[in-house]
Amino acid sequence: MTASPNTPERVPWKQWDEPSGQWMLPGEHPPTAERTLLLEVVVRILFPTVLVFSLYLLIVGHYGPGGGFSGGLVAGLAFVLRYIAGGGTDLGARVGSRIRLRPPMLVGVGLSIAVLTALAPTAFGAPVLASAKLSVAVPVVGDVDLVTSLFLDVGVYLLIIGVVLDLLRSLGSGIERDAQGAGERS
Amino acid sequence: MSALVTLPVLLPMLGAALTVLFSRSAFVQRLIGIVVLAVVSAVAAVLLVAADQGAPVVAELGGWPAPVGIVLVADRLAALLLLISTLVTLAVLLYAIDQRIADYGRETASTTFHPIFLLLSTGVSLAYLTGDLFTLFVAFEIMLAASYVLITRRTSATRIRSGMTYVIISLTSSLLFLTTIALVYAATGSVNLADLAERVGELPTGLQTVLALMTVVVFGIKAAMVPLHFWLPDSYPNAPAPVTALFAGLLTKVGIYALLRTQTLIFPLDGPSTLLLVIASLTMLIGALGALAQDDLNRLLSFLLVSHIGFMLFGLAVFDAAGIAGTALYVVHHITVQATLFLVSGLITRRTGTVSIDAMGGLAKTSPALAVLFAVPALTLAGIPPTSGFVAKLALLQAGAGAGLETSLVAGVVILASLLTLYAMVRVWVRVFWGAEKPPLTDPDPTDELIVGTARTAKPMYVATGALVAVSLTIAMVAGPLSAVTGRAGQDLFDRAPYQVAVLGEERTP
Repeated sequence: MTASPNTPERVPWKQWDEPSGQWMLPGEHPPTAERTLLLEVVVRILFPTVLVFSLYLLIVGHYGPGGGFSGGLVAGLAFVLRYIAGGGTDLGARVGSRIRLRPPMLVGVGLSIAVLTALAPTAFGAPVLASAKLSVAVPVVGDVDLVTSLFLDVGVYLLIIGVVLDLLRSLGSGIERDAQGAGERS
Repeated sequence: MSALVTLPVLLPMLGAALTVLFSRSAFVQRLIGIVVLAVVSAVAAVLLVAADQGAPVVAELGGWPAPVGIVLVADRLAALLLLISTLVTLAVLLYAIDQRIADYGRETASTTFHPIFLLLSTGVSLAYLTGDLFTLFVAFEIMLAASYVLITRRTSATRIRSGMTYVIISLTSSLLFLTTIALVYAATGSVNLADLAERVGELPTGLQTVLALMTVVVFGIKAAMVPLHFWLPDSYPNAPAPVTALFAGLLTKVGIYALLRTQTLIFPLDGPSTLLLVIASLTMLIGALGALAQDDLNRLLSFLLVSHIGFMLFGLAVFDAAGIAGTALYVVHHITVQATLFLVSGLITRRTGTVSIDAMGGLAKTSPALAVLFAVPALTLAGIPPTSGFVAKLALLQAGAGAGLETSLVAGVVILASLLTLYAMVRVWVRVFWGAEKPPLTDPDPTDELIVGTARTAKPMYVATGALVAVSLTIAMVAGPLSAVTGRAGQDLFDRAPYQVAVLGEERTP
């Protein structure tokens, strides 16, 4: 019995989280006949809007419905849309010409931010996970209340995006492999 | 001081995040894991001293007081179990690291193992420390989610299949747990354990019994008590040795701890519980008899694990300060010795290439070090004086003999199960270590991550296992002070008041 292809060992471990896929970069399209023009166009228009909406959810989350988890899920869904419309490669995501997203890095950074935010109040003599409200006077907008637990939410937001991207990478690549194996794709 | 209680939960979580970030450097990953667990052990030791000399150490998360906010509580029992669990986790991590270095070289990093391992440690710490029923559920979920990955990663189809049993059983018990929490919350309007201790007592007796039984079933599945034990011998033995050692050492004991905490604090009894006594006897006997029928070394150890869960249930069933203290001492002893035995079994399998006892032989000649490493924990598990097993069993027997006829009879079952354990261990010893030498078998599954049937020794693996043997010998040596601590812990749990006062404050406690 030989090692089956596509086991994690086959990817050199230095490159295991290297983004290699490109989902709908400007001016590019997947080299396959199975394109859905309608979906592609709609996704190109929707993507920034959905991301902005996810940021909105993230920020209002302290007082209204939303928060890091739902914001992260919505942002993750934006990537899912891009993946469905322009997927076809199996590792990581390249969004825009410069941003290279490594899902595990997002997970790591997000979790670190969250834990450090939880620990930070002890430096000021407050209990763990305590939060403070900072009022900042912004010129045009007026007074803006900033709750420090927002940082925790930012951590969760990044963590969830990372998890969604990692799911796409691991489960999505499996589906594509099976589809190719079954001859459903070119 | 109160911030210290959160460290055993937050540090491994931070460690998990950092090991993901540094997943390119095997060295940094290993360093993070070892440093985090060493620091948590030190913190747990400080907490134990603080809780033993004064009151339980309480942290109110976000500054919200109980019962509104979530509290983490380190009382004697929680701090003691936290300390011993973290030490065992550290030893198992060292073993796993050394096994990986021996098989795949110093440079090969693992992208999942270290983060997941530390997350498992997070879940275990949180389960010990939480003072809140729902956070206990979250702790179980963190622990289980991590264990699902550990039991199924990079392995063969048969192992995935047995992993599925484990996942389905665990999900079922989680669902029941959630239902129980919903019922408790609907009936009392609180999930804080100290608050529940008051409020559940005011409920109708029938409702109290239902809730108590549901918690027994939920934690009974996790702890593998008969008749809810069937999943354990089918799933644990199939994981790699370090993973099995960790699961066998910690996960079932966390179930016992949750049982101990909820039954003493929320559903206290006036005297011995006949139901638990019957379950404990059945667990001890069925586990021990099952072990005698096994040829697979890991399955044999798994059945013995089930059998010894019965010992811990027995102490709880006696339901007085001495019985609970006996269970606490037994948990401390058993976490160490069961993890050690599975690590030794991993070493044996590595050398012989098989888990079948009949296919082994003459190991005492070919590998005397292995024989010593097996003999000490085997005798400890059987409870031969002067090992820690003897001390723990003596505490249980004394508690049983002092609480009436019913418990004295079950104390007889304890002795019988101990003898059966000894017989099972002697059988392993005779077949595996004595007799004619047999050549090692080749690796039946060369594609999975686990390499067996190799004479290539990795000395650090022996050292890590030896360190655990040393821990269990140390438990025997400090048996006096240790049983004094568990005695006070048992009294605390039985009295309930120290925990409630620490969490809710004087004025809210009657």
